[in-house]
Amino acid sequence: MPSNVSYGQKASWGLTLAAWGGLLFLHVPILIIFLYTLTPDETTYTFPLPGITFKWFGVALQRTDLWRALTLSLRVAAVATVAALVLGTLAAAAVYRSQFFGREAVSFLLVLPIALPGIVTGIALRTSIGALDIPFSYWTIVVGHATFCVVVVYNNVLARFRRMQGSQIEASMDLGANAFQTFRYVVFPNIATALLAGGMLAFALSFDEVIVTTFTAGQQTTLPIWIFSQLTRPRDRPVTNVVALFVMLITFLPIFFAQKITAQSADTEGGSK
Amino acid sequence: MTGQTQSAIRFENVSKYFGNVKAVDQANLEIRDGEFFSLLGPSGSGKTTCLRMIAGFEVPSSGHIYLYGQDVSNLPPYERDVNTVFQDYALFPHMSVGDNIAYGLMVKGVPKPERMKRVDEMLELVQLTGYAARKPSQLSGGQRQRVALARALINHPKVLLLDEPLGALDLKLRQQMQVELKAIQKRVGITFIFVTHDQEEALTMSDRIAVFNEGKIVQVGTPAEIYEHPATAFVAGFVGTSNLVSGEVAKRITGREIRFSIRPEKIHLGTMDTNIEADSYSADGVVRDVIYLGLYTRYLVELNGGGDLVVVEQNLKTTSMDVLKVKGQAVRLHWKKEHIREVGGS
Ligand SMILES: Nc1ncnc2c1ncn2[C@@H]1O[C@H](COP(=O)(O)OP(=O)(O)O)[C@@H](O)[C@H]1O
Ligand SMILES: [Mg+2]
Repeated sequence: MPSNVSYGQKASWGLTLAAWGGLLFLHVPILIIFLYTLTPDETTYTFPLPGITFKWFGVALQRTDLWRALTLSLRVAAVATVAALVLGTLAAAAVYRSQFFGREAVSFLLVLPIALPGIVTGIALRTSIGALDIPFSYWTIVVGHATFCVVVVYNNVLARFRRMQGSQIEASMDLGANAFQTFRYVVFPNIATALLAGGMLAFALSFDEVIVTTFTAGQQTTLPIWIFSQLTRPRDRPVTNVVALFVMLITFLPIFFAQKITAQSADTEGGSK
Repeated sequence: MTGQTQSAIRFENVSKYFGNVKAVDQANLEIRDGEFFSLLGPSGSGKTTCLRMIAGFEVPSSGHIYLYGQDVSNLPPYERDVNTVFQDYALFPHMSVGDNIAYGLMVKGVPKPERMKRVDEMLELVQLTGYAARKPSQLSGGQRQRVALARALINHPKVLLLDEPLGALDLKLRQQMQVELKAIQKRVGITFIFVTHDQEEALTMSDRIAVFNEGKIVQVGTPAEIYEHPATAFVAGFVGTSNLVSGEVAKRITGREIRFSIRPEKIHLGTMDTNIEADSYSADGVVRDVIYLGLYTRYLVELNGGGDLVVVEQNLKTTSMDVLKVKGQAVRLHWKKEHIREVGGS
């Protein structure tokens, strides 16, 4: 199936240049990080590199504080994503299926956390956690992350519900399927790719979140916060770069696949018209 | 199946409200086993709501619905032996044609070999043999329609509901499907309940028809009964030919360049000396044809200067002899301005 049918004229060279300029601007810093994971000189960014070494990868492997931060981040992201998948889907289903009073308001309130600056969400959460006398812990971080992860899943799933022909659910029940079978055979396949895409995006968002985390983490250190704290230690710079590279891979791959999945399903749905 | 008198569906004082809207108002109805039964009426008259209550998607606000003697008013859709062909087909886009058709059997736990055999039978019934592996998106509108029909029939329901199933098809395909639907119904012997707003479709396809107006069932009968003995002026007008006036004729009557429809029962037949009020339109002509329908009479009036209008009048004190004498006479037709409905096109 041809996915990208070209239309219009070829882009002018000016536009092409601007596009490449934009790409360079976005990606050169990332290349620099990659480059300086290989430098033998630990404190300064000199160019060209004085030499090439892979020793920082080894050093990074041995840092237990780093490993603790990484596991914490992965655990938080995993649980926040699962919570987001369940809550986000339920919320989307409720908003889509029913016509209850205040539906629009609920929808707006759900999306608000992602529109609000993280710093506001952070302060709000910290104040409530403090007011309720809840000790800061792993779970407070998860709750903080869930606020924006739920939104991502909710948005994806709701958009899919809206594209789905509503009478399919009635047709399923009409043919003898109960609610559970209808979800399994009709609703789930319709929203599966939206769940996958939303889940991956949520995971990536949670994994590198700093602002909300600083307000809800207490003494715990997630990976991004660990990296942030490294900035004050110039001697560890190459190690930090190694970790940054790692974070990039972990967040980039899910986002990349999420994009691919949604683009594909948009194609097939478009093709059916 | 004919000769059997058990009712497939029975409505007992069924009403349905949506907030303040009375979608169905005190409906009483009996549909016989094996019938091709049509619900006919203008848009918004409550046909779909009746169908959805039979299917179980809506619960009656009051009254009872019986399916072969069993009160099903409050049963969920999956516990009724009734299947539906949806207006938009509602096929499952992620499943092949074969899996779509087999769905009803699959959720009931029928083993796969049996399912495949029955799917093949159904594909043959709707003339789509060899299409099982396709996706719905690879089919034409008419073919999707057939898949929806096969999917609804595979469970051998006691009653099949069809909500304007031909509405989305073009005229030629529509007429072909009308013939085919009728043939399939004869073959499977299942009671069909067919919703349509097209009186011609209802008259040609149905064993019996219920005519709806504003949530009420105004008449139930065979096509001939309804056509020849309309119970109300509304039925006479709705089932008779409606008037569409355009071009020169419309301009002469209204003084404007419009196209409008006027219902036959809204037009009054007057003598040539009738005074026309300011709130009315009028047109003079000669009565060309008179059809006596018992309580009502249908007149065909040829207008002076071209065009004709159908008029329906109640027979108050007149006998068939009186109305037949009108034929050939000059008449002045008049109707309230508010009764015309402007329609698009020119
Ligand atoms: N879900 C609903 N909510 C509110 N009003 C409805 C709903 N379904 C139908 N109605 C109203 O009930 C009336 C009958 O509708 P319907 O049964 O769809 O008519 P028809 O099928 O004859 O066009 C209409 O006035 C319609 O607006
Ligand atoms: Mg309808």
